[in-house]
Amino acid sequence: MAHIQLHDIRKSYGAAEVIKGVDLEIRAGEFMVFVGPSGCGKSTLLRLISGLTSISSGELLFDGARMNSKVPSDRGIAMVFQSYALYPHMTVYENMAFGMKLAKAGKAAIRERVERAAEMLQIGHLLERLPRQLSGGQRQRVAIGRAICRDPRVFLFDEPLSNLDAALRVATRLEIAKLHHDMEKATMVYVTHDQVEAMTLADRICVLRDGKVEQVGTPADLYEKPNSTFVAGFIGSPKMNLLNGAIAAGHGCRTLGIRSEHIDITGEGAVWSGEVVHAEDLGSDTYLYVDIGAEEPVVVRREGRRAIALGETVGLRPRPENLHRFDAGGLPLH
Amino acid sequence: MTALDLTKKAGFALAVATIVTVSVFPFYYAVITSFETGTALFEVNYLPQGFDFGNYLAVLGQQAFPRNVLNSVFIATATVGAALLLAVTAAYALSRVRFRGRGLLLMTILAVSMFPQIAVLSGLFEMVRFLGIFNTPWAMILSYTIFTLPFTVWVLTTFMRDLPVEIEEAAIVDGASPWVVITQVFLPLLWPAMVTTGLLAFIGAWNEFLFALTFTASETTRTVPVAIALLSGASQFETPWGTIMAASVIVTVPLIVLVLIFQRKIVAGLTAGGVKG
Repeated sequence: MAHIQLHDIRKSYGAAEVIKGVDLEIRAGEFMVFVGPSGCGKSTLLRLISGLTSISSGELLFDGARMNSKVPSDRGIAMVFQSYALYPHMTVYENMAFGMKLAKAGKAAIRERVERAAEMLQIGHLLERLPRQLSGGQRQRVAIGRAICRDPRVFLFDEPLSNLDAALRVATRLEIAKLHHDMEKATMVYVTHDQVEAMTLADRICVLRDGKVEQVGTPADLYEKPNSTFVAGFIGSPKMNLLNGAIAAGHGCRTLGIRSEHIDITGEGAVWSGEVVHAEDLGSDTYLYVDIGAEEPVVVRREGRRAIALGETVGLRPRPENLHRFDAGGLPLH
Repeated sequence: MTALDLTKKAGFALAVATIVTVSVFPFYYAVITSFETGTALFEVNYLPQGFDFGNYLAVLGQQAFPRNVLNSVFIATATVGAALLLAVTAAYALSRVRFRGRGLLLMTILAVSMFPQIAVLSGLFEMVRFLGIFNTPWAMILSYTIFTLPFTVWVLTTFMRDLPVEIEEAAIVDGASPWVVITQVFLPLLWPAMVTTGLLAFIGAWNEFLFALTFTASETTRTVPVAIALLSGASQFETPWGTIMAASVIVTVPLIVLVLIFQRKIVAGLTAGGVKG
C-alpha cells in the first residue's frame, strides 16, 4: 500500500515536452485510472511512476519517500503490459516466479506465492504450459498473476485489455475489479483510452489532455460536474451533446452541454424541435439523432424501443437542472 | 495440363540435380581420391575403385597432424566463444541503449569487415608480436575474432532489435540487471541467431589459411589448412595427393556433422506467444 504524490512532474524528449507539470495525489489503496485520447501522455506518466522512463523534473513520492532515482524493482511496483510481455521460453510457473527468483526468495516461499496467485486467477491448471500454448485472455491473466507474485505496493496497468476481444475484455475487467477488491492493500494505477473501462473500474479518474491534468475526480464527479468541455465530451457514452452558437447564446453561454438521457421528447413545452435523422436501437434503449439546427444532430436517449420514424419532427425539452454551461475558454459557468 | 505439369516437374528435378552435382562433385571426387593410392591417383574415374585406407593411416600416422586437428578445434571453438560473448553484449548495447553516435559506430563496425585480410596482415603481425602471442593459438583466436565480429554483431543487433521491448521492461520491473536480461531472457530467444552466426564463425575459423600460415612457425602450432598445404611427399617433386585428400576429408566431416546437428536446433518462431500474436 503506497500513497503516491506527484509534484510538478515533467518529461521532455529533447525540445518536446510531453508531460507538462503534473500535480497529482493517489491515495493508498486507491484505484486511479488515467484516461485521455491517444498522445495525451497517459502511458508516459505511468512509465514515469514505474521508473522505466526517467523523470525530467519534479518529484515523485511513495509514502513520502522520493522515488525519482530509484530503479523500477526498488520501487515496489508491478506492471501489466498491453502486450502481456510474458517470457516466451518460460512456463507459466517460471514466468510468475522469475521476479522472486531474482530476489533470491526460497523455493518453498516462491511455490506458495505462485500457487496462491494462480488459484486467485484460476490458472492453476496452466502452470506447466508455455505462453504460446495459451489464449489471449489466459496470457493476460498470467501477466496479472506475475504482477501479484511481486507483492507490490503499487500495481501499474498499461492498457491491459486493449488486445482482447470485446467479450473477454468485459470478463477480464470484472476480474481486475475483483482483484482490487481482494487486494485492499495495493494501490492501482490503470491507463486506458476507453472511458467505459475508466468509469467502471476507477475509484477516481484522472483525465489527461496534452500532457496536463484536465480533471481529477470520482466517476460520478466527472460525469455530473465536468469542469471543461473536453471532459464533458470525453466522459460518458454516447458523448454529451455540446451545442454552440445561437442555442448556447440563448442560455447565456458559449457552449451548452446536455446528456442524451436528460432530454425529454415532448409535445408541449418543447424548447427545441427538429427532424429525426437517425436512430440506433440497442434493445434496452433507443438513441435518436435529432437535427435541431445545431452543427451536429442532438442525441436523445429513449427507454425501450418505441420506434419513431425517420424524418418525423419531434419536440425536445432539456431538463434545466442538467444543463452544463461553459464559457469561451471551455470552463464551466455557475 | 498433366503433360505441362510433368515437364515442369522434370525441369525442376533437372535444375536441382545440376545444382547438387556442381556443389557436391568436388567433395565427392576428394573422397574417391582419398581411397586411392599409387598410380591409380592419376587415372580419372568417377566411381570408387575400392577402399584403401592407406592414405588415412598415413595422415594420422604423421606425428603433427592429430595435434593440428586439436589446434583447429581449440582455435575455432575459442573464436566462436569469444565472438559470441562480445557480440551479444555489444548487440544489446547497439540495439537497446540509446547513445550518441550509435549509427556511426554500427557503420564503422561494418566497415572493418571490408578490409581484405592481406591489407591488415602486416599490422596484425606487429600486434601479435607486441602481445607476445606469435606462434601460439591466441594469435589466431585474436585475428579470427576481429574478422568475425562485424558480421556477428550485425546479425545479432538486427535480431535483438526485433525482440519486443516490453519483455525486457517486464524483466527490469522484475529486478533483472542488464546481464540477467541478456543471459536469462534474451539468450534463450536468440538461440537461432546464435547458432547460425556461431556456426559461420566456426567454419570461417576452421578454414582460414593466411593468418594461420603467417602467425605460426612450428609444425605443432599449425592449424589443419596450413598443415594440409604443407604436407610433403617422398621427394620435393612429388605432391602427395592421396594423403592431402584424406586429410581434407577428415577435416570436412566435422563441419558437416556440426551443420547437421544444429540444423535441427534452428527453431524458428521461438518468440511466438510472449507478446500478442
